[in-house]
Amino acid sequence: MSLAKQGSLVELSNLVRRFGEVTALDGLNLTIQPGELVALLGPSGCGKTTALRLLAGLDLADSGKVIVDGKDLTSVPASQRDMGMVFQAYSLFPNMTAVENVSFGLKVRGVDTETRLKKANELLDLVGLTTQANRYSHQMSGGQQQRVALARALAIEPKVLLLDEPLSALDAKVRTQLRDEIRRIQIEVGTTTLFVTHDQEEAMAMADRVGVMSHGKLEQIDRPNIVYSNPTSAFVASFVGAMNRIPAKLDAGKVSVLGQSVKHGGGASGSDLVALIRPESISVSVAKTSSANTGLVLARSFLGPQTRLTVTTSETKTNIHVDLPSSEAGAFAPGTTVGLKVEADSLLTDYHGKN
Amino acid sequence: MSKVKVGSTITPKPGVGLNTWLIVGLLFFTVPIVSAALFSVQVGDGTYTLTAYSRMITDPGLSVALWLSTKLVFMTVGIVLLLMVPTVTWLHIRAQKAKRTVEFITLLPLIIPPVVTALGLLSSMPSFLKESPYLLGFAYGALTMPYTYRALDAGLNSIDVRTLVDAGRGLGASWKQVFSSVIAPNIKSAIFGAIFLAVALVLGEFVVSSLLIWNTLPVWMALVGMSDAEGAVAISVMSLLFVWLLLMVLSLLDGSRKVKINVGGV
Amino acid sequence: MTDIKSQNVVAAQKMGGDNRYKSNNVELRKLFFDYSGLIPFFLFAAIFIGLPTGSVIVNAFRGNSNEWTFENLRVAFGDIYFTSLTGSIQLGFTSALTGAVTGLAISYGVAISGKKKLQRVVATASGVFANTGGVPLAFFFIAAIGNYGLVTIALQKIGIDIYSGNFTLFGFSGLVLVYLYFQIPLMVIVTYPAIEGIKNEWREAAVNLGATKSMYWRYIGIPILTPAFTGAFLLLFANAFAAYATANVLTSGTIPLLPIQIGSLVNGNVVADQTNVGMAMGLEMIIVVAVTMGGYIYLDRKTSRWRKR
Repeated sequence: MSLAKQGSLVELSNLVRRFGEVTALDGLNLTIQPGELVALLGPSGCGKTTALRLLAGLDLADSGKVIVDGKDLTSVPASQRDMGMVFQAYSLFPNMTAVENVSFGLKVRGVDTETRLKKANELLDLVGLTTQANRYSHQMSGGQQQRVALARALAIEPKVLLLDEPLSALDAKVRTQLRDEIRRIQIEVGTTTLFVTHDQEEAMAMADRVGVMSHGKLEQIDRPNIVYSNPTSAFVASFVGAMNRIPAKLDAGKVSVLGQSVKHGGGASGSDLVALIRPESISVSVAKTSSANTGLVLARSFLGPQTRLTVTTSETKTNIHVDLPSSEAGAFAPGTTVGLKVEADSLLTDYHGKN
Repeated sequence: MSKVKVGSTITPKPGVGLNTWLIVGLLFFTVPIVSAALFSVQVGDGTYTLTAYSRMITDPGLSVALWLSTKLVFMTVGIVLLLMVPTVTWLHIRAQKAKRTVEFITLLPLIIPPVVTALGLLSSMPSFLKESPYLLGFAYGALTMPYTYRALDAGLNSIDVRTLVDAGRGLGASWKQVFSSVIAPNIKSAIFGAIFLAVALVLGEFVVSSLLIWNTLPVWMALVGMSDAEGAVAISVMSLLFVWLLLMVLSLLDGSRKVKINVGGV
Repeated sequence: MTDIKSQNVVAAQKMGGDNRYKSNNVELRKLFFDYSGLIPFFLFAAIFIGLPTGSVIVNAFRGNSNEWTFENLRVAFGDIYFTSLTGSIQLGFTSALTGAVTGLAISYGVAISGKKKLQRVVATASGVFANTGGVPLAFFFIAAIGNYGLVTIALQKIGIDIYSGNFTLFGFSGLVLVYLYFQIPLMVIVTYPAIEGIKNEWREAAVNLGATKSMYWRYIGIPILTPAFTGAFLLLFANAFAAYATANVLTSGTIPLLPIQIGSLVNGNVVADQTNVGMAMGLEMIIVVAVTMGGYIYLDRKTSRWRKR
């Protein structure tokens, strides 16, 4: 019995949602292609969970449309939208075993006992939990519970799979393990998926496209590598991946930082600025004398294939992170004076102190 | 802009029903008390008087009963402080394995009806004890055990005694210092809670004292009530006010943390 | 490897004694010290709980000349005294049912209202009223709905006589009503955490999977609340069954109740050579309450499992 299916096309059109004075969603437009996994990434309060809940039908939009496979679902109640949702935690029904939980969606659809138990066991097998079939949620670990929750959501062969920060409540190690599994299963089953998280590493690792949100707006949505290397705004640049914020000046369309002059890629203008530079976009060399672009190595952290140096300069008085291959890090012990060179073609700027 | 109702299965909303229930509930719980207050001061012709109260206060029986009840309160509080607090503390620090057993024992007074305990005390205790009010005090110590244990246990649970003790001892404090400077201040509110429960129970305890023929406050109240309904109602009102006063004093002493009151009703 | 081991054994023997035996001794001593702090407690409990209870149980089977007999039990279950047992069970059941249903309604309504202030007020009030019982409670109600109670008189003035029907404060119906005063708060205290513990996620997940409101209640809501409700019901039953003071003031023997009956026997209001019948009735009470409370404690453990996070 094949579990794979053709995914559905999801269109969120101009969704607006206000809670009193606060605008949680400010005209969100998002299309998710069939079978695609889109991650909505952002800090808490950015509107990502609101968007998910509007799609699920657990909340009502003030205006805008939710369209799935061409059908307008905006006024359809949540129980009739045929979507499967995995919550952050605690969503398994405590009075039911894993099998009973997974088959619940089929039960309410009137599927007969034999068929639904068979399907439920298939899904538990898919998520690797056949041994836990007759256990209750309080007898399972967090990771196991979330896998059951995933199986339960998939059991009804939903048009859309909705994941509301499913990994946030888990231990770090379980998190990385489970995220690979979720992605593997999602690709295998082919369901269109919307994944909400505040963990940028998670979003980048799992998604086909990452949408970075802030204050109810979608700032940028693109493939993970594009969002990382070509952020369109200072917010996106700072939120995704590690980023140095080094005091800089704008001078005739060029960014003057660390004694160098680089093309201005966009962002804030005026006074009291910082330049946004990735740790891997700075190269170091041992320096003999001090100058505008030298600094002192404060710490050297071995991170596996990469090593991160923490360098401070007298000019900027900020701690700068520099990443380089570990094989080359030998010469840069703490206390070494190093020269810093910016390797980027253009730099984004932001206001100092804005986090 | 059209707003469509997507269905109220999301979160349930209480309606008119709740408000009706609440009003009925409010009436049910306040009317008896208000009636009692009015009953104790009315004359019948529309005027009000405090004669019932003055009559009760000047009754020699009251002072005797009050004195006995007060002595019993002190004795029970003593048992709480000298037996229960050390025991529960010891249990948490040194003898965690015995927790289940001790907990079970403290539940026994709830499983064995007080009337049966009274019966048992009469048949098993030597007469010299039965002639002394101390027996009643000890019995009360046992009767209050479920509540005092729970209050103290909850208090100790909330402060992770083991870690604090290890930290204190690690810094060089003696056992006495650890208890007085580290543990005791942190379980102050639990101790207050336990004391409140004990006092409330002792002041209201009827069955054991009446069967062992001791003239405590409730026993005297019931006696008075047989001939002087107004007087008995007056004392009832006074005792309620006293308990509320005690509760207020305790929660003030306790600061922001609420005094958690447990199950009861004998 | 074995060389080191044998060297150790030799060293231990040189120090005096096999190490294994020594550590056992140390273990036992430590165990004793650990529990020694609990000795006062155990002693106290043994004397003031164990002794009286044991005495009742043993004496239930002893006749007037201290011989072993079932006669006491036979009389206790005989015609005269059996009504006390049934009366108490009836009272317990009725009081538990009325208190449980009302208490649950209030608990549920307050929990889902979401109004923090209301919840706090109800929590404090429940704590206070659950402990309001005994003698004063009886007099509060006498003042309200006794023969000359203020409410009685007020209702008479508008033509309603509450004593015209089957109701009387000084009988079964009155006790059920008065017991509500502490049963309802008790119910609220015990069931509120269970209701509060119902996670929103369960409801939302159920809806998301296609369940209607009634399906949610049927498959999830009610099964989750049932142990809590049943446990609380048992607690209320035991509470009403064993209650003495209020019943004594209001009825003092006019209706058959087990605790009151025992009290009469103690006070010598009955036939002299049946003193141990009271013991047998005490044993009855212990069994009924123990079974009921045992059920409550078991169900309470079960529900708190789901709330353990």
